[in-house]
Amino acid sequence: MQRYSGFGLARHALSHHENWQRMWRNPTPKKAYDAIIVGGGGHGLATAYYLAKEHGITNVAVLEKGWLGGGNTARNTTIVRSNYLWDEAAALYEHSLKLWEGLSQDLNCNVMFSQRGVLNLGHTLQDMRDIQRRVHANRLNGIDSQVLDAQQVKEIVPILDCSSDRRYPVMGASWQPRAGVARHDAVAWGFARAADAMGVDLLQQTEVNGMRIEDGQIVGVETNRGFIGAKTVGCVTAGNSSVVAKQAGLLLPLESHPLQALVSEPLKPILDTVVMSNHVHGYISQSDKGDLVIGAGIDGYNGYGQRGSYPTIEHTLQAIVEMFPIFSRVRMNRQWGGIVDTCPDACPILSETDVKGLFFNCGWGTGGFKATPGSGHVFAWTLAKGHAHPLAKPFSINRFVTGQLIDEHGAAGVAH
Amino acid sequence: MTQPNRLAQGGRVNRDRPLSFVFNGETYQGYEGDTLASALLANAVSVVNRSFKYARPRGIVAAGAEEPNAVVQLGASEAAQTPNVRATQQALYDGLVASSTNGWPNVQRDVMGLFGKVAGKMMPPGFYNKTFMAPASMWMTYEKLIRKAAGLGRSPREQDPDRYEHFHRHCDVLVIGAGPAGLVAASVAANSGARVILCDEQEQMGGCLLSTTETLNGKPANQWLSETLDHLAANPDVLLLPRTTANGYHDHNFVTLHERVAEHLGDTAPEGMARSRMHQVRAKRVVLSTGSHERPLVYANNDVPGNFVSGAISSYIHRYGVVPGNQLVVMTANDQGYRCAIDWYDAGRNVVAIVDARPDADGHWVKQAEERGLRILKGQVVFDTKGTKAVQGAWVSAWNAERFALTGEAQLLECDAIASSGGFSPVVHLAAHTGARPVWRDDIQGFVPAAVKGQLPTGGCNGVYPLHQVLADALDTGITAALDCGYEASRFILPEVDDLVESAPLALFEIPHTKATMRAPYQFVDLQNDVTAAAIELATREGFESIEHVKRYTAMGFGTDQGKLGNINGMAITARRLGQTIPETGTTVFRPNYTPVPFGAIAGPHRRELFDPKRYTALHSWHEQRGATFEDVGLWKRPWYYPIGNESMHDAVSRECLAVRNKVGILDASTLGKIDIQGKDAREFLGRVYTNKWEKLGIGKARYGLMCKDDGMVTDDGVTTCLGDQHFLMTTTTGGAAAILEWLELWHQTEWPELEVYFNSVTDHWATITITGPNSRALLREITDIDLDRDKFKFMEWRQGTVAGVPARVYRISFTGELSYEINVQADFAMHVWQTLFEYENKYGLTPYGTETMHVLRAEKGFIIVGQDTDGSVTPEDLGMQWCIGYDKPFSWIGKRALSRPDTSRRDRKQLVGLKPLKDDVVLEEGAQIVLDPNQPIPMRMVGHVTSSYFSPTLNHGFALALLMDGHNRMGEIVFMPMPDGQVHEAEVVGTVFYDSKGDRQNV
Amino acid sequence: MFLIYCPYCGEEREESEFHAKGQAHLARPADPDNSSDEEWGHYLFFRENPRGIHHELWVHAAGCRKFFNVTRHTVSYEILETYPIGEQPRVTANQMEKPA
Repeated sequence: MQRYSGFGLARHALSHHENWQRMWRNPTPKKAYDAIIVGGGGHGLATAYYLAKEHGITNVAVLEKGWLGGGNTARNTTIVRSNYLWDEAAALYEHSLKLWEGLSQDLNCNVMFSQRGVLNLGHTLQDMRDIQRRVHANRLNGIDSQVLDAQQVKEIVPILDCSSDRRYPVMGASWQPRAGVARHDAVAWGFARAADAMGVDLLQQTEVNGMRIEDGQIVGVETNRGFIGAKTVGCVTAGNSSVVAKQAGLLLPLESHPLQALVSEPLKPILDTVVMSNHVHGYISQSDKGDLVIGAGIDGYNGYGQRGSYPTIEHTLQAIVEMFPIFSRVRMNRQWGGIVDTCPDACPILSETDVKGLFFNCGWGTGGFKATPGSGHVFAWTLAKGHAHPLAKPFSINRFVTGQLIDEHGAAGVAH
Repeated sequence: MTQPNRLAQGGRVNRDRPLSFVFNGETYQGYEGDTLASALLANAVSVVNRSFKYARPRGIVAAGAEEPNAVVQLGASEAAQTPNVRATQQALYDGLVASSTNGWPNVQRDVMGLFGKVAGKMMPPGFYNKTFMAPASMWMTYEKLIRKAAGLGRSPREQDPDRYEHFHRHCDVLVIGAGPAGLVAASVAANSGARVILCDEQEQMGGCLLSTTETLNGKPANQWLSETLDHLAANPDVLLLPRTTANGYHDHNFVTLHERVAEHLGDTAPEGMARSRMHQVRAKRVVLSTGSHERPLVYANNDVPGNFVSGAISSYIHRYGVVPGNQLVVMTANDQGYRCAIDWYDAGRNVVAIVDARPDADGHWVKQAEERGLRILKGQVVFDTKGTKAVQGAWVSAWNAERFALTGEAQLLECDAIASSGGFSPVVHLAAHTGARPVWRDDIQGFVPAAVKGQLPTGGCNGVYPLHQVLADALDTGITAALDCGYEASRFILPEVDDLVESAPLALFEIPHTKATMRAPYQFVDLQNDVTAAAIELATREGFESIEHVKRYTAMGFGTDQGKLGNINGMAITARRLGQTIPETGTTVFRPNYTPVPFGAIAGPHRRELFDPKRYTALHSWHEQRGATFEDVGLWKRPWYYPIGNESMHDAVSRECLAVRNKVGILDASTLGKIDIQGKDAREFLGRVYTNKWEKLGIGKARYGLMCKDDGMVTDDGVTTCLGDQHFLMTTTTGGAAAILEWLELWHQTEWPELEVYFNSVTDHWATITITGPNSRALLREITDIDLDRDKFKFMEWRQGTVAGVPARVYRISFTGELSYEINVQADFAMHVWQTLFEYENKYGLTPYGTETMHVLRAEKGFIIVGQDTDGSVTPEDLGMQWCIGYDKPFSWIGKRALSRPDTSRRDRKQLVGLKPLKDDVVLEEGAQIVLDPNQPIPMRMVGHVTSSYFSPTLNHGFALALLMDGHNRMGEIVFMPMPDGQVHEAEVVGTVFYDSKGDRQNV
Repeated sequence: MFLIYCPYCGEEREESEFHAKGQAHLARPADPDNSSDEEWGHYLFFRENPRGIHHELWVHAAGCRKFFNVTRHTVSYEILETYPIGEQPRVTANQMEKPA
C-alpha cells in the first residue's frame, strides 16, 4: 500500500500526480472465499478490515451491488458520539468511539474525525430528567458526559437562541466533549484501501440475489456474477437487510424508512460543535467545507426510495430556525435521503441466525455511522469465532422473542 | 458615472431609472431591469470573486441559475446579510451593497491567491485525506485552518427582520418555465379550460425569447411574448408567478415553488410584504418547460475572467444592453457560437474570430456570420487562455478529433473575451427528483427526462432546440395536459417562425492541450469547486470508477450551482478516461433544491409563537394573574407553581404542599385527556385494553386503570368512571391523550370491529378543577347541591349535580392521598366555578398549586407518573401493581401474554421501590444511577435509577421513587448513588408509600 | 408528499393528514395464552418490510380518524390502491411479477 503523508503528497506533486496507485484493486471474483461480507458500506468494509487485521483472515470478499460506501455511509450527517443510556449500547458505542480516536493513523487515511463535542439539548423538565439519567449512567460507564445549564450551553454555542421567550426554551443539555463528526466518504475509502492492501477482494457492481443453504449451513451466495462460495457469510446491508434476509428465508424485526438530511450553502465557520435537539426535532453541525449539515427525523412510512416527504424537511428547518434564528437567510442547497432499517428498540442487531454460518449486522436505524469501526470490529470477531462477541451478545435477534430489548427509545431515546 | 460596457441603446433596462450600488466598497451605477451581474459587467468589473481552493481570480461566466463564480455576500446591514447570492439572479435595486465572498484583502490582490499558486499542486482531490495525520494531536489545529479557508459567504449574526409566507395550491396544470414552450403549453391548457399555474424563475417571463433575434409572425419576439402574456393574465383560471423557482419535485406531482416577492426591492421587504413565499403545489399534470443550459468547453485556463458561455453574451447584449468586452473570440462546436458572434458584431464590437471545432459547418447562422465577413477558423480549437485577471488572448490550434490531439502550429489571438459553446444540456433536474434516471440521447448529445407519470417535459427540457420545433412540441404537450385533466383541447394558432437550417453539432466536451492533462495548466470542469480535468483523471487513476465516487472524491457538482455548467463535461471526461460511453458512466443523482432556498422561506411563519400551537386551559388567564410559573407538558402550558412575592420554587412548593395536607389546595387538572366511550360493548372493550377488570364497575363508580402495549409495557394510566351501563369516561395522561384515542380506535377498527363501541375526545369540553385536602368537603358543600356525606358519596364514586349553580360531574378520587373532589364542568363555566370557590379562599385556606406540588404529593403516596417513573421497559408487575392485573380475565387483554416471556417473567427485573436517603436533608438527583458497591472501579455495575425525587415538607425529609433491580426483594437494604462531585448518596430501600400508608385520609 | 385517497372520505387528501402505521393485515394470534414465545415475538416485532409492493396500514388522523389499508410500492412510492379494513388487496406482489 502506498503510504499517505504530507511528504508523499509533495513528491507526487513533482511528478504531476501521475504515479498515484489505485486505492483498491478491481479483482475478478474467486470461486470461493473463507468469508463473504455482503454490503460494501462503512460497516461491511470495516468488518473486512478487522477480519484481515485482527484475525488474519484475508481470503475475504466484500460484495457490493453498487459502489463502495454508496449507501447510508454516503448519506448520513456524520455525528459520532457514545453517550447512550443503556449499558449494552453505551459499551458498544464507546468501544467504537475509542477506535475512532486512532482511526486516521490506523488506516493511514485522514478520516477527519473532529472531536468538537456534541450537545443534546433539553427543552422540558422531562427532557432534563432524561438527560440527567443518561449522563449519570454515562459517567459510571466511563463515558465523558456532563449536564449543562442553559447559561453553559450559551457559552459553548453563543449563536444558539437560549432566550426564555422561545416556544420551547433551552433548559440545558448533555455535553460530550469527545464526540464529534467525521468525513463519511473517507471512512469507507480508508477501510476499503486498507482491507484491499491485506488481500481482501472488494467486488463492486456485484449484487447478491440468492443464498445457497445446504442442511442448514450457508455454502455461498448467488450473484449477478455467478455463484461465490463461502461457509461464513456476514450481511451488512443497512436499509436492505430485510431483502437480503428473505433470500435466506429469514424474517427480521426491521422496518426500512426514509431518513432525510440537507445541507446549506457553504459558509465561513459559524458553528463549532454539534447541536442536537430531540424535542424540536433538529440537529446540526458545520462541515469542514462550510456547509451546515442538518438531519431530519425519519418518515413514518416504509420506503426504499432514498427520498422522503417534504413536510419532514419543512419541520426540520422550522426547528433549526427556532434554535438559530440568525440562519433564516442562510439557504438550503440540497437535500437527500437514506434508507434506515430500524429495530423496535432503536438498537442494532449483531447476530447469528438460524442458518449456520450466516450472520446479520443490521438495524442501526438512524445511528449507524458513529458505530462504523466498533461494529466492524465486533462483527469481524463474531465471524471469525463463529459466535457473538461479548459486546454483540445483547444485540442478538433472539431478544425479540425473549423480550430482552435494549430500549433506547425509552427515557434516553435520543435518536441518531 | 460611465458604464463602459453599456450600449447606447437596446436591452430591456430602463435608462431613465439609474440605480446606485456598491460592490467591494466601490460605488457603481446600473439601471432598473439590470441584474447585479449585468450591472457589474456594464461597469467592466471583471474579477468578482476568488475561487474556493486555489483562490484564482474569477469573473462572471453565465447569465442565470447556472452561474458558478459570481456568488456574493449581499446586505448593507448586519441583519440583512445574505450569503452566497448569485449575482446573475439578483435584480439590482437602489442602494444594493454586495461584496465578494472570498479574497483577502481584496479580490484583486488576494493573499490566498499566492498560496494557491505555490501550493495548488499540493492540493489534488482528497489531499486532506492523505495528510494532516501526524502528529495526531495536531489535527484539531489543522482542521481549524482548513475550516477558515473554506466556506463562501458568511451567516448574518442578527435576526432576520423579514417574514415568509406559505401557500398551498392545487391546479390542473403546473407549467414550469415561461419560455416559448411554457407559454404555448400554458396557453393551450388554459384555453381548454384547465386551471393553470405558470411560474418562471427570472425577473421577466419569456425565457430565450427575451434575447433572441428570431421573429415570430414576422415581428420581433417581444410582441408575441407580450400578447401571449396579456392573454394568460386575463384568464382568471391562470396564475402567473414570475420570480418563482420550482425547486423540488416531490412524489405524486407535488412541487415546491419559491417566489421571491421582495428580494428585488431591497435589503429588507417593504412594510407589510413577505420577503419570499413558498407555494406548495399539487398538480394533476406538470409541464416541464425548463429549457436547457449551454455547456462551456473545458480548455486550459478557461476560468480567467472574460471567459463566458456564448449564450450568456447574447443575453447580456439583448436583455441588458451590455457587451462585456471589445474583442471576442468564439470557441464553438455548434451553431450557437455563431449567434453569439453575430450579436457581438451587431452591437458594434469586434469579433476576432469564430473558432469552430467542426471542419465543415454551413448552417443558417454560419452563413449569417460569413455575410458579415467574420473570420471563421474551421477545424480548430481554443486550447488555452492568455491572462490571469483578465483574458488577453486565446491560443488556437488545428486539431484532430479522432486522435484527440492538437495538430499544427498554435497561434495566439489577442482578445479580451472568449465565448465557448459545447452544446446544450436539457434542464432535467426537476424531472429526476423523484428518482427517475435521465436517459441519454446520442442525437442531441444530452440527457432527457425519463418517462414519469404525470410529468410532461417539452421543448428544450425534452431535447428539442430549434424554435419552430419547440413551439410544435409545446402545442402537443399543452393538448396532452388538457386532455389528461379531462378538458377538450382548444385550438391554438402557433406563431410563424422560420425553420432555420442548423449544421450538425459536434460532441465536444474537453479540448486537448499541447501537454498531457496532468501536466497542462488547469482545465476547469467545475469552476465553483475548482475541479479540473486532471482531478477527474487522477480520481479514475486512483480507482474511482463510479461517477458518484468521482463526484465525491473531486467535489464536482457539490457547489451551490450543483454543477449545472460542469457536470456533463465531467461525466464525459470520466467516461473517456474509463473507456466508456457517457450513458454507461451515467449521471449523479439530482436532488432538490434546483437553486438554494432560504431556511426562513421553508420554515415560513412557523417560528417563535407559531412554532408549535400552545394549548391553554379555560383558567389560564387566572393562573397568569396569580403569577404562576408555567411548565410545558406536551403542547399545554400548565401552572408549575405559584410563587408569592420573591418566594423561591422550593418555598412555594412547600407552602402549597402543606396547604393541601392541612387545609385545601386547588389544581387546574383540565389537561388530563378525557375520552367518552359508549356502546353496548364498551365494558368489554375496557376489559381488553386495561390490565384490570371492568365487568362489575357499577354506575356511579370510578376505577383506576393501567394500560399496556401488547409487549407488556405500561403505556398509560388513568381513572375511568361508569356514567351509564354502556357509557364510560376514560381519563388519560396529559401527554398521552391523542395517542391513546388513536390506540383505542386502532384496536376497535382493525382487531375487534364486531364490538359496538364509540370513542370521542372530550378533553377540551370539560374543565377539571381538583380541590383536595381536609377542608375540601366543607368548601365544596358551600356551593353544591350534591350530598357530600361520606357514606353517601364514597371514595371512588362520582355524582351529577350543580356546583356554583352550573351542572357538574364531581368525582371523588384522589391523586394526593387527601380527601379530594374533581369538579368537571363545561369548559366555559370553569372560570365561574373557580372564582366562586375562591370566594371562600380565606375561610378554608384555599391555595392554588401547580404540577410540582402535585408531583410531590402523589410521590409521597407512591402514585406513578407514566413516562417519568416508567420508560417503555416497565411492566405492571415491575411497578408492584399486581393488584391492578386481572390475570384471570377471560379475554387475553393487551399486554398479558407478553408478561410471561422469558425476560418479562424474570424475578430480578428492575422494580419500583421507595428510597429514603440516610441524611434527611439530602434530596437525591432524579436520574441518579444506583450501585450496590460504591467503591468498585468504573465502569460500575448499575442496578437502577432514581425516577422521582423531592423534599417532603410534610415528612421533613427527602424521598424518592426508583427502579431498582430485584428491588422488591431489597427492602431495608442500603444502596448508593455516586455523584459527579465525588459524593456518594446513601439511601434505604423502602416501600413506595411514604405517607398515610393505610389510605385513611382520602376516605374520611 | 403523497396524495392519498381515503376510502371512507372518498377523497384524495395530503399525506400530512395521515399517519403511516406499518404493515397491514397483522393478525393478533387468536389464542395468545397458548401461543409460543416465538409466535408472540413474531407478531410483535417481525415484519415483511419488502422492497416493492407493500400492504400497509394508515390512519386518517386529521380527518375521519379511520384506519385503512394502502398498497404502495416502496421504491416508486406509487399508491396502487387503498381499501377499507376487512378487505383484501386486489394488487399483490405476485400479480405484479407476472408479465402484463
